[in-house]
Amino acid sequence: MIEISNINKWFGSFHVLKNCSTQVAKGEVVVICGPSGSGKSTLIKCVNGLEPFQEGTITVNDISVGGKGTDLSKLRAHIGMVFQNFELFPHMTAMQNICLGQTKVLGRSTTEAQDRANALLQRVGLGELGYKYPAELSGGQQQRVAIARALAMDPIAMLFDEPTSALDPEMINEVLDVMQELARSGMTMMVVTHEMGFARRVADRVIFMDQGEIVEDATKDDFFTRSRSERAQLFLSKILQH
Amino acid sequence: MRYNWNWGILFQDPYFEWLITGIEWTLIVSSLAWILAFSLGSLVGVMRTLPQRLPRAIGAAYVELFRNVPLLVQMFIWFYVMPELVPDDLGRWIKRDMPYPEATSAILCLGTYTASRVAEQVRAGIESIPRGQRMAGLAMGLRTWQVYRYLLIPVGYRIIVPPMTSEFLTIFKNSSLALTIGVGEVLMQARQIENYTFQGFEAFTAATIIYVAVTLVVVAVMARVEVKTRIPGYGVRKGR
Repeated sequence: MIEISNINKWFGSFHVLKNCSTQVAKGEVVVICGPSGSGKSTLIKCVNGLEPFQEGTITVNDISVGGKGTDLSKLRAHIGMVFQNFELFPHMTAMQNICLGQTKVLGRSTTEAQDRANALLQRVGLGELGYKYPAELSGGQQQRVAIARALAMDPIAMLFDEPTSALDPEMINEVLDVMQELARSGMTMMVVTHEMGFARRVADRVIFMDQGEIVEDATKDDFFTRSRSERAQLFLSKILQH
Repeated sequence: MRYNWNWGILFQDPYFEWLITGIEWTLIVSSLAWILAFSLGSLVGVMRTLPQRLPRAIGAAYVELFRNVPLLVQMFIWFYVMPELVPDDLGRWIKRDMPYPEATSAILCLGTYTASRVAEQVRAGIESIPRGQRMAGLAMGLRTWQVYRYLLIPVGYRIIVPPMTSEFLTIFKNSSLALTIGVGEVLMQARQIENYTFQGFEAFTAATIIYVAVTLVVVAVMARVEVKTRIPGYGVRKGR
């Protein structure tokens, strides 16, 4: 469903992504990990065109992301994205956040959008909190609203950019639980995260990146039991110690 | 100092009426200029934050042109020079048939000048919003104009209510410069009362009080706007 082939990207003279290639099949959950600055977030933002790239191709459902004639807005409407800092719109209630894209992009009626929003708020365990503004919610609640907001667009795939990195420890699990439930339901997911427990439980494949390169791209079991590269082994030994 | 105070002069005919006329002109010129400044300034300010290079450059050029020339010079240019620069027919119409030529020039001058300052506030407001907000909007499929319409402008304008209050006040105070091209606003009427009665202290005190009164009303109105548009919990609690 998502095909990434030979992506190269530079920020000025800094080579952030070097010849990255991978693919994600329908229903697959792929976790991307690696040290900070390794290009994980940049790679995932290339998938829906939030970051432009100079070389290579990315296709989502056979539509080229970097293509000249591609209507990026139309493509993005079908790819959900969840950000590290939640990025809920502060002047809108949780309900309005979830309804915005539905009414303005998909053209749903307000009642239809609200019904869908209510169902999704139930699903992420926030059924009663739709009237709250983001600043009145905890970090974990905000991130769950953000997930509901992305799901409201009926996406064909979901991108998660370090969804738990900005959360207090006691709130991480409530978000991971929602993501796990989502994965079980068959959603296609690309997840940038340091949560190796989540990767073990949920991922089909793990991609390890370092210095802009995809160093390891393996099934979950292979990755955790017999990583081929030294760098991945070193990384795992560092973060799995505790 | 020997001076015959006569506060009563302010309430005599025709001086009282002059002051009222002055207030009317001050309010008319300032309000219309503000409408122009707010709309044009919003447009220019938004242009300066767009991803494309051309609108950014046009916006920047506008701001630098209008904010770097003294307002008084601009007043003279709009009134005396502009009619000579435009095509002949238009110039003739401006000089001969345009209604209220002084007030119209003053409104255009104050409006376009203040627009450059409003534009900078708008740009600052929009740029103070974290980059992720724009990304989140685009990621859900909103088009750039929708990101502005539903996200950046509603939040950005809330942020700049306090500095916009200052700009709104300044336009009332700057409208006094319109007397130099013959608009019968408050200060001009005060000077005229002084010329006729030699009661300058009373006349200028009246002008001062009128300006303070008008600006205090503006402050009160804008304070209400600030309360009404406040986002619950936003910017009050600790960050995220």
